[in-house]
Amino acid sequence: MFGRLGFDALPHDPVTIGGVVGGGLAVLGVVAAMTYFKKWGWLWRNWLTSLDPKKIGIMYIAVAVIMLLRGLADAAMLRAQQAIFATSASSPISPDLFQQVFSAHGTIMIFFVAMGVIFGLINLILPLQIGARDVAFPLLNSISFWLFVAGMVLINVSLALGEFSAAGWLAYPPLSGLEYSPGTGIDYWIWSLQIAGVGSLLSGVNFLVTIFTMRRKGMTLMKMPIFVWSVLGSMLLVAFAFPILTATLAMLSLDRTLGMHFFTSDLGGNPMMYVNLIWAWGHPEVYILILPAFGIFSEIVATYSRKKLFGYKSMVWAILAITVLSFTVWLHHFFTMGAGANVNAFFGIMTMIIAIPTGVKVFNWIFTMYKGKVSFKTPMLWFMGFAVTFTIGGVTGVLMAVPGIDYQMHNSLFLVAHFHNMIIGGVLFGVFAGITYWWPKFAGFRLHEGLGKAAFWCWLFGFWFAFIPLYILGFMGAVRRLDSYDPSLGWQGLFIVAGLGVMLILLGVFFQVVQVAYSIWKRKELAVGSDPWDGRTLEWATSTPVAEYNFAHLDAVQDRDAFWAAKQSKTKASTKFTDIALPKNTGTGAYVGAAAFVIGFAVIWHIWWLALLALLVLVGIVIASTLREDEDTEMIITAAEVAATEKRLRGAGA
Amino acid sequence: MSELIEAQKARLYRTTIGFWVYLMTDCLLFASLFATYAVLRTATAGGPGAADIFELPLALTETIILLVSSFTCGLMLLGLQAKNRRQVIVAMALTYALGVAFLAIEIGEFAKFVAEGHSWQQSAFLSAFFTLVGTHGLHILFGLLWLVVMLVVVVRRGLTPKVTRQLTIFGLFWHFLDLVWIFIFTVVYLLGVAS
Ligand code: HEM
Ligand SMILES: [Cu+2]
Repeated sequence: MFGRLGFDALPHDPVTIGGVVGGGLAVLGVVAAMTYFKKWGWLWRNWLTSLDPKKIGIMYIAVAVIMLLRGLADAAMLRAQQAIFATSASSPISPDLFQQVFSAHGTIMIFFVAMGVIFGLINLILPLQIGARDVAFPLLNSISFWLFVAGMVLINVSLALGEFSAAGWLAYPPLSGLEYSPGTGIDYWIWSLQIAGVGSLLSGVNFLVTIFTMRRKGMTLMKMPIFVWSVLGSMLLVAFAFPILTATLAMLSLDRTLGMHFFTSDLGGNPMMYVNLIWAWGHPEVYILILPAFGIFSEIVATYSRKKLFGYKSMVWAILAITVLSFTVWLHHFFTMGAGANVNAFFGIMTMIIAIPTGVKVFNWIFTMYKGKVSFKTPMLWFMGFAVTFTIGGVTGVLMAVPGIDYQMHNSLFLVAHFHNMIIGGVLFGVFAGITYWWPKFAGFRLHEGLGKAAFWCWLFGFWFAFIPLYILGFMGAVRRLDSYDPSLGWQGLFIVAGLGVMLILLGVFFQVVQVAYSIWKRKELAVGSDPWDGRTLEWATSTPVAEYNFAHLDAVQDRDAFWAAKQSKTKASTKFTDIALPKNTGTGAYVGAAAFVIGFAVIWHIWWLALLALLVLVGIVIASTLREDEDTEMIITAAEVAATEKRLRGAGA
Repeated sequence: MSELIEAQKARLYRTTIGFWVYLMTDCLLFASLFATYAVLRTATAGGPGAADIFELPLALTETIILLVSSFTCGLMLLGLQAKNRRQVIVAMALTYALGVAFLAIEIGEFAKFVAEGHSWQQSAFLSAFFTLVGTHGLHILFGLLWLVVMLVVVVRRGLTPKVTRQLTIFGLFWHFLDLVWIFIFTVVYLLGVAS
């Protein structure tokens, strides 16, 4: 009846129980508060069923921030183990739990934090920057979001029911095969990523079409803001790389559930093929994350330097070059696995080549600042921190691109330091900068500067304290995923420094939480108009908060920095309005997400009847939504309503 | 009114472009499976190889059926352009019947292999074969389901703007599956039997 699900699926070890109880209480608390204040209807109507990309974007970011806290908790556990318990005989974190924690940390941080914030920001900013009222497929957008949520819930349920993968964030076979991992952990990993991954793939298609077909009249490709270009590159990568992930996960799951032999070590299976396939997705994935961050920094540097972005064309070419080249380097993740000297040399050289366009971008940003009137607001600090941190990370990456050196560094803590250098210094700093920069557009008030700066300095120094020791430890021979080592090696001091660094990072996160809370509290004092930073691109041309329909008028744009040009020429918006059609709210996305979650859960636990049932329900939901004609999915905002809204949001004058 | 038509046109355009992009991603999904099949083709682990089990006449029949269904699908699109509802319905029904026939043959082939003891569990080669060809079959199944739903809409509501859009992209989908099948026929069956 319930497949493999039974009472022994409940957690046994105290640390996990603590986590489940803590997480459970938090969820219960929120549910109770929502019920008490009778907010469910409001939440459902205004948020969960909304097809407005601005709201979907905010929901993505909210989910990602919660997952960041979980990922940080995992990281703190790993660090505590390595700093304190690794040399002692007993530890509250068992070796098996340790493996689950680093696997969960990596998976959650990449899929549910980094991807989440990136998609969140794209949803918020992209339609505005291209001067559109919506994305190309609003319902699909909501479905993508809910698939993301379904995957997120699944990975967190693994804490309470069953176990999580202990095979690292990429689950190499044969370890992840049935023979060595018979439990539910790998299946949780597979289905969580499969469901969220399909969501990302659909988002990729959606945003590509949005960029291709929804741009404002007059906005030729070479007039698109650079953030849009970077999203274009990133979404091309999504469209090209995520199908590989889907296929690979499907094959691993077929091995595990139907007894196939793609990656098994017997009957002709080929585990190395998995490693190739997963990195053919995995390397582009890191550029999927970093390209939008580059785009964010480009916008910020130009705005705060009060100058046009230096070298726009070279930026575009750099983005495109990175997009293409990122498919030609995947083998650098396994130089040591015996591909032979010539193959290794090719991929090593390609890896070094891809650093060139990245370098071009760094120089462009610096030249943008050169002779600009730079104002060092918090986002600019994140940029400066990024420029230094990311460049150093890039250098250590190029170092490992030399196959001979990589034989020494492979799977060491040096590598762990390198990729955190890129991902924290690049992606996280980028989204922190972006959120601070665009916050007032959606909130109507800016974030407190002092607290933001405090958070920045904690993160920056915390990062360096947490990860420089890992570079050194890597040189000393410490491998990754290590839960114990001999005290005589003399590593403990460095691990303790790294642990202190994490505490500093946590302090930074604390400041960020306080910053948001305090700014909401003081929102009257921090209130700003619709264009607080003297922006250049179209998102700043909207009212604040942004009207549902984004723009009342869709006048053609002439210039690359369209809003800047409009401000210079002092064009006045007309006061004649027309009807605007927008998509109606619908619960379809949420239902699809729920059905996908049940399918995943049922397959993980081998509850076949439930999986089939949920699949039928899913098909039913999709058919029902197909049967809805255009008139039923759209609502009209009349010209009079638009006029009233514009008056309310912009004041009588505009 | 003309604004409405403009909006419909823009929708059709977006939907079509979107579907092309989707098809490209699907293409990559198949490419991954093809690459895997190519690697595992010879990994028979003592079991039968391609030349031992594939029957060309059967695969050729499947190919012809699918090609003809692409033709009837084309007729449907022509009917759509001419706004000829009857032609659309008839062509849809024909396409559907051919699709079912194709699937029936494929399932029969799979069942025969399994009955002879050559299931997907026997070797990596067979895992790759069943997965590649089966994924195409699942696409066909999905297409048939989609076709039925649209058939009901066309019969009951006529050629509404939405179903017109859907039929247009269904046409793309069906031709795409045909194309993928040609690759399967060549790489899996023809080259397999020749090897
Ligand atoms: C913010 C502070 C962070 C800290 C303190 C931290 C710490 C750690 C630690 C201790 C490990 C295990 C290293 C080992 O193998 O010994 C690890 C692994 C990893 N981290 Fe982080 N991390 C942080 C943020 C992130 C972020 C933001 C991401 C991605 C977006 C990320 C992605 C990963 C991945 C993919 C792994 C590899 C997991 C595996 O070995 O399978 N981390 N991190
Ligand atoms: Cu890489």
